[in-house]
Amino acid sequence: MKFSYYPGCTLRTKAKDLDAYARASAEALGFTLEELPEWQCCGAVYPMAKDEIATKLSAVRALMNARDLGNDLVTLCSACHNVIKQVNNDMKTDEDIALRVNNYIKPEVPYAGETAVLHFLEVLRDRVGFDELKKKVVNPLKGRKIAAYYGCLLLRPSKVMSMDDPENPTILEDFIRAIGAEPVIYGMRNECCGGYVTLENPGEAKKRSTSVLDSAAAKGADTVVTACPLCLYNLKKNGGHDDLPVVYFTELLAEALGVK
Amino acid sequence: MSTHKNEAVVEQILRSSGVDVRKCMRCGKCTATCPAFDEMEYHPHQFVYMVEKGQIDKLTASPSIWRCLSCFACMERCPRQVEPAKLIEAVRLSVIRQQGKNHLKPEAIPTLLDEDLPQQAITSAFRKYSK
Amino acid sequence: MQRIGVFICHCGTNIAATVDVKAVAEALSHEPGVVFSTDYQYMCSESGQMIMREAIREHKLSGVVVCSCSPRMHEATFRKAAEKEGLNPYMVEIANIREQVSWIHKDMKEATEKAIILGRAAIAKVHLNKPLKAGESPVTKRALVIGGGIAGIQTALDIAEAGFEVDIVEKEPTIGGKMAQIDKTFPTLDCAACILTPKMVDVAQNEKIKIFSYSEVESVKGFVGNFKVAIRKKARYVDEDKCTGCGLCTEKCPQKKVPNAFNMNLDTRRAVYIPFAQAVPKVATIDADYCTMMKTGKCGICSKVCTAGAIDYKQTDVIVEREYGAIVAATGFNPLKPDKYNELGYATCQDVVTSLEFERLMNAAGPTAGTLLRPSDRTHPHTLVFVQCVGSRCDVENEKGKSYCSKICCMYTAKHAMLVREKYPDTEVYVFYIDVRTPGKNFDEFYRRAVEQYGVHYIKGQVGKVVEENGKLKVQASDLLSGEQLHIDADMVVLATAVEPDKSARSIATMLTASMDTNDFFTEAHAKLRPVESPTAGIFLSGVCQGPKDIPETVSQASAAAAKVIGLLAKDKLTCNPCVANSDEMLCNGCSSCEKVCPYGAITYSDKEFRGPNRTTLIRRVASVNEAVCQGCGACTVACPSGAMDLKGFSNRQIMAEVDAICKM
Repeated sequence: MKFSYYPGCTLRTKAKDLDAYARASAEALGFTLEELPEWQCCGAVYPMAKDEIATKLSAVRALMNARDLGNDLVTLCSACHNVIKQVNNDMKTDEDIALRVNNYIKPEVPYAGETAVLHFLEVLRDRVGFDELKKKVVNPLKGRKIAAYYGCLLLRPSKVMSMDDPENPTILEDFIRAIGAEPVIYGMRNECCGGYVTLENPGEAKKRSTSVLDSAAAKGADTVVTACPLCLYNLKKNGGHDDLPVVYFTELLAEALGVK
Repeated sequence: MSTHKNEAVVEQILRSSGVDVRKCMRCGKCTATCPAFDEMEYHPHQFVYMVEKGQIDKLTASPSIWRCLSCFACMERCPRQVEPAKLIEAVRLSVIRQQGKNHLKPEAIPTLLDEDLPQQAITSAFRKYSK
Repeated sequence: MQRIGVFICHCGTNIAATVDVKAVAEALSHEPGVVFSTDYQYMCSESGQMIMREAIREHKLSGVVVCSCSPRMHEATFRKAAEKEGLNPYMVEIANIREQVSWIHKDMKEATEKAIILGRAAIAKVHLNKPLKAGESPVTKRALVIGGGIAGIQTALDIAEAGFEVDIVEKEPTIGGKMAQIDKTFPTLDCAACILTPKMVDVAQNEKIKIFSYSEVESVKGFVGNFKVAIRKKARYVDEDKCTGCGLCTEKCPQKKVPNAFNMNLDTRRAVYIPFAQAVPKVATIDADYCTMMKTGKCGICSKVCTAGAIDYKQTDVIVEREYGAIVAATGFNPLKPDKYNELGYATCQDVVTSLEFERLMNAAGPTAGTLLRPSDRTHPHTLVFVQCVGSRCDVENEKGKSYCSKICCMYTAKHAMLVREKYPDTEVYVFYIDVRTPGKNFDEFYRRAVEQYGVHYIKGQVGKVVEENGKLKVQASDLLSGEQLHIDADMVVLATAVEPDKSARSIATMLTASMDTNDFFTEAHAKLRPVESPTAGIFLSGVCQGPKDIPETVSQASAAAAKVIGLLAKDKLTCNPCVANSDEMLCNGCSSCEKVCPYGAITYSDKEFRGPNRTTLIRRVASVNEAVCQGCGACTVACPSGAMDLKGFSNRQIMAEVDAICKM
């Protein structure tokens, strides 16, 4: 199994762990992440306006490259995933945006949203299978109580992301079970950590992050996992719970597979 | 109800956002679910109502447009598919697309950095607050 | 050559505003055979009909074309008027220039042109029309009611009262439906069981009513007055005739961990059970999914303790065939399961419940014997938050919810809030609403009482998020009038979920060939004027299967449906539709194609003698149509490969003449 892979800006710098553990785990699970040549930063936030074209181009280029390579496109960072999947949906469903983007890029074959965009978690669930993953676990994380933090970007808007039930998701919980730990379900797991206003309004980021970790701690979690570098930063820095480590889900995966 | 003066602005905001404000049934679920409520002067349901009424000036002058977290909770939970977040973004764009109205200036960045801050935070802030 | 009169209706401005009616009358006056052509403001009015009748007399008309609304609306009116002047009613044709022209077009020129073309087609058809005479068919004087809730019960009782036999088919082991689960009823607060159970007993004791409980409709054949229905009596593994309802088996059964659906799964029951104390029929049922004996062959305790010898592990489903003159759909509703609304915590927090679950928690016969306790820790709740419109009034594109207002939630929530405050004055009760809708006798007064006398906090706004933390439900909500976001630490949250038609309704509608809307509610023959009849003759509608309604409205509609049924069953014979199929035996090749497609079983084949050349005789297999059974759907005429099958009033020649007239430039 081979996928085109879009790491994104942060995975190259501050979130090297998220990337390295994912690649190692992929090999252990029998699939390869092939980095897209010459990928550009996706912009980290989906441009919602229908008349925003330039800000959608880098995502389209990545999608188009994957199509030309004949691969599905895998992402890891929640923000990249959100941007690329939403832009892909625009190219598929919004004729006006698709026309203007294609007019600008002038590709040999116009792009119309053909590439399948998968989050690494979706590869684990839908391509590898959590049952298969479970069989490959060598160090089950027995006794660990792990709270999955989805944040906003992995699940919403659900009509486009179509990854899981946006209000009662199970993909990370099933993942946690597959690596031998016990998932902790808490109310704030799909509420915003305030990441995007970290610079603009740090006080708000602190309030949001604290309420997330308070909720996870109240349900007895010993670790919080996330897929988003900005969430990780925010929860760690602003969450007010030094007792509650926040890690990338790929780190725990690598640990369970014995490739950490 | 929009006055003649800003009809074009209202039109542009509606087109840019793709939001049909007439779908709103004034239930207030967007505002009930908004995590940034305390930070905002005007709340998601008010954006919908005020754009419909053409009260754009009040919105563009309000710090509320910089406070939306883009968490999509209001969009996801709106029973009428109104998507207030898209409207807030369109109002914000109507401001920063004007010359000299960038909310975040590059020279401000160094003072905001710390060594763990991911690139994502800076990139997204620029995309949200500047043109 | 026919002598045809053409009458163009203005329908007030409904047609005349978009169609140049004078131009249509003028254009059609030049069509071959047209000897009279006029227009009038309301053709369906008494004076409009008189214009038509006078024209028939004066111009000796042999055919009539009315360009007006849909034939569904007034074809019968105009045919009756023509008949009074001695014209065969089937010589009248309608061109629909309202629904098919004026209502859907904006441009007057285009609309006028189309109206002329449709009028021309109708004239072409009338040229080939032949006088038809309707036959008669007998009426089976028994009705079937599908569903044994309060709607079905009321309909059955009223029909039986008029002296006709009624069968009730109920898929659950007992009749009673949702009303049996409800604690108190608005706006009088009388106990639901106290007013429902006597009616259930009346049903059981009425000699004219037969209950098929734990049964489902398997198939429906026939037509108005002559339905043949197969009913599947599901195996309940208890002999209904022997069981005395003593309940000993339900006490001794060792399998105690079966979710109790009657109590909304808030407690458990045994594998052999009687849903509730006043069940009708009061007969036990074995739940084969949980019964140890049925699953492993080891147990048999119920059989040992049953002194009546009623337990029968070998019982199988039985199909019963019954005949009916009329069928009433009373399939009812279910509350929407709000597990897709987990921002409100339903899927993950035990103390977030639906309103129907709350009914059971307040009911003296419920899982907590009427003491309100939180499901999670069985403690007394002090702060309760009610959320209205969960899953109702959503955008049509919204996949989680329904686009309609569920109509009953405002009132039952006011009732819940009031009952809680009355029984437990130490509570604080909040109701989050979008609009409080209380049209109904004494309804608004009831809601105001909740606010003014019982101090229920009504807040205009919605709940956006419910998070369970340290035993409290942290409710985040909007208060639109004060412009605040509220944070309430609640002990229980109650969701007023949308009602939706019972899942069985769709398959039953298919069997009945009754139409449904996009929400799976049965459609009425006319939204205003025929609200309890389905467009399919002989099928009637009772209760929420037709649309959301409360108990008083359900009972009124149930009685109305019964009145319509009684009107039908009181007739000895029904006039048939004369537009039936007939087979040209000389052309028929005996292939059976028509027989296979006929949905009414109206076609039979027989061997007949025909004269061959040189004084020989041939035996050929040919189709014949039972005119009393044929409903004139025309399926056979399309299926017939040799062109032998034709439909009276809609012959192939007539249809082709219409097509030619439309295509003629």
